[in-house]
Amino acid sequence: MIELRDLSKQYGARAPAVDSMNLRIEGGEFLVLAGPSGCGKTTTLSMINRLIEPSRGNVFIDGVDTHQTDPVALRRRIGFVFQDVGLFPHMSVAENAGIALKLAGKRPQEIGARVDELLALVRLPAEHFRNVLPGALSGGQRQRVGVARALAASPRLMLMDEPFGALDPLTRDELAFDYRRIHERLRLTTILVTHDMTEAMLLGDRIAMMREGRLVQVGTPHELCSAPANDFVRAMMESPRRRARALAEVQADEK
Amino acid sequence: MNVDADAVSAALSHLADYLGWHVLLSLSAILIGVAVSLPLAVFCTRSHVMRGAALGFAGVVQTIPSLALLALFYPLLLGLSAFTRATFGIGFPALGFLPALSALALYSMLPVLRNTIAGLEGVDPAVKKAAEGVGMTRKQMLFLVELPLAAPVILAGIRTAAVWVIGTATLSTPVGQTSLGNYIFAGLQTENWVFVLFGCVAAASLALVVDRLLALAEAGVVGRSKPRMAAAALGLAIIFGAGLLPLAVSAKNRPAVVGTKNFEEQYILGALIEDRLRDAGFSTVRRDGLGSTVIFDALAASEIDAYVDYSGTIWADDMKRRDRPGRGAVLAQMTDWLWHAHGIRCLGTLGFENAYAFAMRRDRAAALGIRSLGDLADRAPGLRIGGDYEIFSRPEWRAVERIYGLQFGTERQYQSNFLYRAVASGDVDVISAFSSDGRIIQYGLKVLSDPKGALPPYDAVLLVSPARANDARFIAALRPLLGAIDLARMQRANLTADREAGKRSPEDIAAGLDAFISGRRSQRR
Repeated sequence: MIELRDLSKQYGARAPAVDSMNLRIEGGEFLVLAGPSGCGKTTTLSMINRLIEPSRGNVFIDGVDTHQTDPVALRRRIGFVFQDVGLFPHMSVAENAGIALKLAGKRPQEIGARVDELLALVRLPAEHFRNVLPGALSGGQRQRVGVARALAASPRLMLMDEPFGALDPLTRDELAFDYRRIHERLRLTTILVTHDMTEAMLLGDRIAMMREGRLVQVGTPHELCSAPANDFVRAMMESPRRRARALAEVQADEK
Repeated sequence: MNVDADAVSAALSHLADYLGWHVLLSLSAILIGVAVSLPLAVFCTRSHVMRGAALGFAGVVQTIPSLALLALFYPLLLGLSAFTRATFGIGFPALGFLPALSALALYSMLPVLRNTIAGLEGVDPAVKKAAEGVGMTRKQMLFLVELPLAAPVILAGIRTAAVWVIGTATLSTPVGQTSLGNYIFAGLQTENWVFVLFGCVAAASLALVVDRLLALAEAGVVGRSKPRMAAAALGLAIIFGAGLLPLAVSAKNRPAVVGTKNFEEQYILGALIEDRLRDAGFSTVRRDGLGSTVIFDALAASEIDAYVDYSGTIWADDMKRRDRPGRGAVLAQMTDWLWHAHGIRCLGTLGFENAYAFAMRRDRAAALGIRSLGDLADRAPGLRIGGDYEIFSRPEWRAVERIYGLQFGTERQYQSNFLYRAVASGDVDVISAFSSDGRIIQYGLKVLSDPKGALPPYDAVLLVSPARANDARFIAALRPLLGAIDLARMQRANLTADREAGKRSPEDIAAGLDAFISGRRSQRR
C-alpha cells in the first residue's frame, strides 16, 4: 500500500509543480496518473522513489516513510520505467536487464538464469537478444528491455513514466497489453503516468486526474465518466469518445 | 657520404640510452598527468568553480613556452629540496628527471582534463537518470556508466597528451635529463645535422607509433573489440619494455656522471673526462648542454660528478665578487671557497683560459683604428654589437659597459654558431667571443685588449663533486688533464669541431687530445 500525504514540490518562487497531493494506492492496484502535459504527474511519480525530493509532505510505502529509507536502497526495491528508456548503450541486453541484480551483488549464474526468465516474460527470446547491444534494437524491443530491467529485482511496486508514449500505435497497444498481463501475473502494484486518456481508461483500475499540480479527482474510469467532478474532468474523459465520433464522421464522409 | 655513415653510427650508439630515458620520462609524465587529471575532471563536472579554476590553470600552463616551463621547475625544486633538507633532513635531486617529469606531467594535463570533462558531460542525461533510477550510487554511476561511455573521448585526450609529451620531452636535455633531445641539442651546437635529424626522426617516430597504438585502443573501446584493445596494450607494452630494458641493465652500478655546458669546447672536454674515467674502469654517463648555474648547482648536489668550469664564471656568478684581485688570487680564493662553501674539489687548471672577449673583423678594426675596448667608447653609438644569449645579462658585460663607458647603437643576440658568421659578413661590427674559440683563428678576428682589466680571468678548472671529492681512483684518473691543454691546442681542437669541412665529432677530438696527453706523460717518464 502506497500513501501520498500532503506531497508537494516547489521550485523557487514559481507556482508549485505539485501541490498537496493526498492519495492512497492499494496493493495490487493499477493506478494511472493522468492529466495534461506539465500538470505534475511525472514529478509526483519521481517523488515516490526520491528521484526528486519533495519540498513538503511524505510518501509511505507499506506504512514506512520513504524519508527514513536510504534513497539508493529505496530505488533498488522499486521498478522504474522511463519514457526515453535510458538503456545503457555500452551494455548488452542481458547486462542491461540484469543490472539491478549486479548492483545487489548476485552471482553471475544466478543473474544469467534470472535474465533469461525476464526476457521470456517481456517476450524477447533470450537466445536471440541476450548479447545484442541496445543500438541494434527497435523502439518497442528497447522498452521491453526497459521493463525487464525494472522487474529484475522482483519489486512489488512499479513506477512507469509514459512508458509507451514514444512508440508507434501498434507497438504501443501490444506492449501495454503485455504489461497489463505481467502486472496481473506478478501481482504488482503499478503507478503509470500518461496523458493519453484512452490508455488511461484501458489500463487503469483507477485514474487519478491531475491539473496544475493538484489532484482533481480519483476513481475508476466508470466513476470519472459518469460523475466527473468538474468540466475539466468531463472534457478529459470525453476526449476518447469525441475522437471516436470525429473518426466515424471522417469515415462516413469518405463513403 | 662516409662522414654521414660515421655520424649515423655515432648516433645509433646512443640510441638505447636516449630512447630508454625518453620512453621512461614520457610514460611516467603521462601516467602522472592522467592520474591527476582524471579525478580532477570528475570533480570538475560536479563543481563549476573547480572546473573554471582547473581548466584555467591547465590552459595557462599550456601557454608557457615548454622550454621555459621545464627550466622554471629547476629553481622551484631546488628551493623545495633545500626546504625539505632543512626541515626533514631529506633532499631530492632538483636536476634531471624530476623537473622534466613535473613539467611534462603538467603539460599532459590539459587535453586529458578537457576531454574527460567533455566525455562525462556528453553522456546522455536519459542514461544518467536511468542509472539513478535503477538504484546506482554516485560511484557506481561513475564507474559503470559515465566513465565507460566517456572512455573513447578520454582516450582521445590521452592520445593528444601522449603525442605532446613525447615531442616536448626532447626539451628536457637542458635541465639535465637525457632524452632524444640530446641528439638535437648536441647536433645544433656542433652543427651535426645528422644528429639533429636523427633526434627529430626518432622522437617523431616514437610519437607516431604511440599515437597509432592509442588510436587502435580507442577503436577497440568504441567497437568494444577485445582483440584490438589487447593488440594495442601489447604494442605499448613492447615499446615500454624495449625502451626500458637497457636502462634496467645499466642502472645496476651508479656510473660517474660527467656534465657539460652547451658549447663545443665543453662537449670535447666532457668526452675527454669520460675517456679518462672509462680508462680507469668507471662506467660513465653524460649530462650534456646544461645551463651555467644549473650545472654548478648540480655539481654541488653531486648529481653530476665532474665538469670543467671557468674561474671568472664562478667568481662572478656564484661567489658574487666584483673585485679583480688578479688571476692567481682569483684561483686560490675560488678553490678555497668551493671547498668550504660546497665541498666541491677544484683539482686545478687545464692550462688555458676561455675568457670573455670582444672581437672584430681585422679590416674593420684597422679602418676604425680600434685596438682595445677603450678605443671603442667613442665609436660605439654608431656600431652594432652581437652577443650570445647570455652575455648582455652578465655582470662582465655590465662591468665592461661601465668601465669603458660603452653605449652601442644596436644589440643583437645570436646562437653562437651564427654569431661568428654575423661579424664575418658585416651584419654586426663587434661580437662577444670566447678567447679559446677556434673560430677566432678561422675568421681571422681581432680580439680587443682589455687595458683596464674589466673582464675577470677565466681559467678552465676541473671541478669534482662533494661525493667524489675523496675518491682517490676518480681523482687520479683526472689528474693528468691538469695543465695539459694550452690555449693554442684548445683553439685548434675547437676549430676542428666547428669548421665546415673535415669536421670531427667531439668524441673523436677528445680521443686525439687524450692520446696526446698520455703520449706526453709517457715521454716525460
